[in-house]
Amino acid sequence: MADRPDPIQIRNSEDVVVVRQRVRAAAVQAGLRLVDQTRIVTAASELARNTLIYGGGGTVSLEVLSDQGKKSVRLIFEDRGPGIADLELAMKDGYTTGAGLGLGLGGAKRLSSEFEIESKPGQGTRVVITRRG
Amino acid sequence: MDRIPILKLGDFLLVTVHVDMHDRLAMALQEDLTEKIVATHARGVLIDISALDIVDSFIGRMLGNIASMSGILDAKTVVVGMRPAVAITLVELGLSLPGVRTALNVEKGMDLLRASLPFDEPVEQLESGEEVG
Repeated sequence: MADRPDPIQIRNSEDVVVVRQRVRAAAVQAGLRLVDQTRIVTAASELARNTLIYGGGGTVSLEVLSDQGKKSVRLIFEDRGPGIADLELAMKDGYTTGAGLGLGLGGAKRLSSEFEIESKPGQGTRVVITRRG
Repeated sequence: MDRIPILKLGDFLLVTVHVDMHDRLAMALQEDLTEKIVATHARGVLIDISALDIVDSFIGRMLGNIASMSGILDAKTVVVGMRPAVAITLVELGLSLPGVRTALNVEKGMDLLRASLPFDEPVEQLESGEEVG
């Protein structure tokens, strides 16, 4: 059982703010407590920025899942950018090919209950995170 | 483009971040603040983030940059009003804001800034020192 609206486009830094607001609304709807709301919104901000900067833009789909009355929020980030050649290295704190701090992927993983990443060089990247209460 | 307002309060500059900042707005604040420090000869900067419901790695890096840049320009920076859920999330993300002084609220932050000022500005000593040198 999932409530799945249309994906949100991520094309510029204002869109990253929109993603944060929509994820916050979904987290509130799922009844997550404040610190878990803050975790998933922060993780979403990191991943949306990655989608924009490294993926050349993309989308995020939001779902509020319900499993035996326990709700959670799942986010699916997708881009058709250059992909990540070495996922293990990209997950390491402090590693970046850009100008950031290199905390985005590792940090988003720590802030999520579940984290999956798939990437094919030349085809794009897909990151799925879930936050349960 | 929108700008975050910077208020001058005696020897200090006061910034209240009242909106969810997109990345370019955060970069603009960084530049505006350094210019204002030089233009007003400010000795301290107080940044109130009590309205922010998340601080991600980008905003965290901006706060660190402002503290470093203002330090080079001989002004102290104090960040005040961080929400508890934001503090928890920031540390889990992997960011502990090294080099950024913090206080619980504006009043305590102002106390910290005032305490960092010398009682008597050693202007005359500096001038006589310059003559000797």
